[in-house]
Amino acid sequence: MSPSNNSPTLQGFLRSDGRKGIRNCIVVAYLVECAHHVAREIVDSFRGQSVHLIGFGGCYPNAYADRMMNKLCTHPNVGGALLLSLGCESFNRHRLAEAIARTGRPVSTVVIQQTGGTRKSIDAGKTWVEQALQQIVEVPRAPLHVNELVVGTVCGGSDATSGISANPAVGRAFDMLVEQGAATIFEETGEMIGLENVMSARAVTPELGHELKASVEKAAYYYKQMGHASFAPGNAEGGLTTIEEKSIGAYCKSGDSPISGLIKPGDIPRKSGLYLLDVVPDGEPRFGFPNINDNAEIAELIACGSHVILFTTGRGSVVGSAISPVIKICANPETYERMSDDMDVNAGKILRLEASVDEVGEEIYRKVLEVASGAQSCSESLGHQEFVLTYKSFDPIGPACLPM
Amino acid sequence: MQTEGRSRKLLRIHRDDDVLIVVAPVCAGDQDLVDGHEVVFTQNIAIGHKVAARDIKAGEKVYKCGVPIGSAKEMIPAGAHIHLHNLKSDYIVTYTLDKDHVSVK
Repeated sequence: MSPSNNSPTLQGFLRSDGRKGIRNCIVVAYLVECAHHVAREIVDSFRGQSVHLIGFGGCYPNAYADRMMNKLCTHPNVGGALLLSLGCESFNRHRLAEAIARTGRPVSTVVIQQTGGTRKSIDAGKTWVEQALQQIVEVPRAPLHVNELVVGTVCGGSDATSGISANPAVGRAFDMLVEQGAATIFEETGEMIGLENVMSARAVTPELGHELKASVEKAAYYYKQMGHASFAPGNAEGGLTTIEEKSIGAYCKSGDSPISGLIKPGDIPRKSGLYLLDVVPDGEPRFGFPNINDNAEIAELIACGSHVILFTTGRGSVVGSAISPVIKICANPETYERMSDDMDVNAGKILRLEASVDEVGEEIYRKVLEVASGAQSCSESLGHQEFVLTYKSFDPIGPACLPM
Repeated sequence: MQTEGRSRKLLRIHRDDDVLIVVAPVCAGDQDLVDGHEVVFTQNIAIGHKVAARDIKAGEKVYKCGVPIGSAKEMIPAGAHIHLHNLKSDYIVTYTLDKDHVSVK
């Protein structure tokens, strides 16, 4: 029962900042949509190998996108990076390349206008990736303990079952991970409206509690500006009575641990504990919805250092991600039967009374360790590497947000 | 297993919960044992809905998944359906199109 009995030492890829990866991939990153095709052609020629496509499509500069790309390209699961620039976009490719180089990772930039167009750039990129793949085989391995893992969670394609099977089970897995010293990250403040006081009471300091509450209030305001309704009549039909009860669906993924901090995209928890990721931009709404889809949230969890993402779904999502493996936990037993190839864990068993929430929580915990030790998750083995990054703006977190 | 009662239709999610989740359709006339009380359900209750795990006094906070989801508007006996008619948000009034929607009687 106690996870300490079965928390083995894994092998990680040791990076210069001391963090350890559970994967060792090359990212090919386009710095504007105009370089996307060239980047994709390069990645496509390494099918089945650990070469992932990420990028930022915008031509105008954005500090958030800058920071996200920096954190993603220096993520512990990343062994090296190839940057694809058209040549005239605003993205500061020099600063990004320098930041990556400072970590000791192989990095190169192909500027399409300077290289002589599409074909030559694809060829140059492929040549570089080939040698980089050989180079990163040499990355030193080091023992990786559970207390060095960062695990994020997100839900998508939710239905009435999500909140009563998969999400509480992830909460149990989070409790076990925190008990073992891992850092865990939950998010979706926009779906925690009504629970801000309950959540604040779990903060390790009153000042952090105040920050947690403020983040939910910010989300409530932001979503109101977006015209996003909180409680629909269909919710009541499904058995949900109050906004608090609806919000439990997203909230209970956090488990029962105290909340150690509030972070924003790109902030990396350096200590064990449970963290809330505030994904809602600061200031008046400027660039539209906080996150346009589930993968935008996943990318932010990864930018915060997540080695693995626990993704709960009721209706059945199929997505994975670049850089970090996504473990899919299916809440609805019927969806699981229909889409089992895409699902790593069947939490629908809880509703069929074939397993308890605790048992599925333990199964998720074991799955995290399996995937961390190299086993592919379903979305990984199916080749899913979705990635989205859009415009946003954030103020830095205040001193009360990370009290420990 | 975290089910309660004899029917195995009622699921407890969290140890602190005051509600049990209906995981198989409950029919009017079905009998069960909840918190030591012999209960006869007076109505059909759909999957995903909830019933009281114990006798709940008027004004008491009601917990689901270990979290308060509102307060009891009236005394709710163990096994009774909990919904809009007997539970209110402590946060904001729940608006619905029509409460008969959920066959609450």
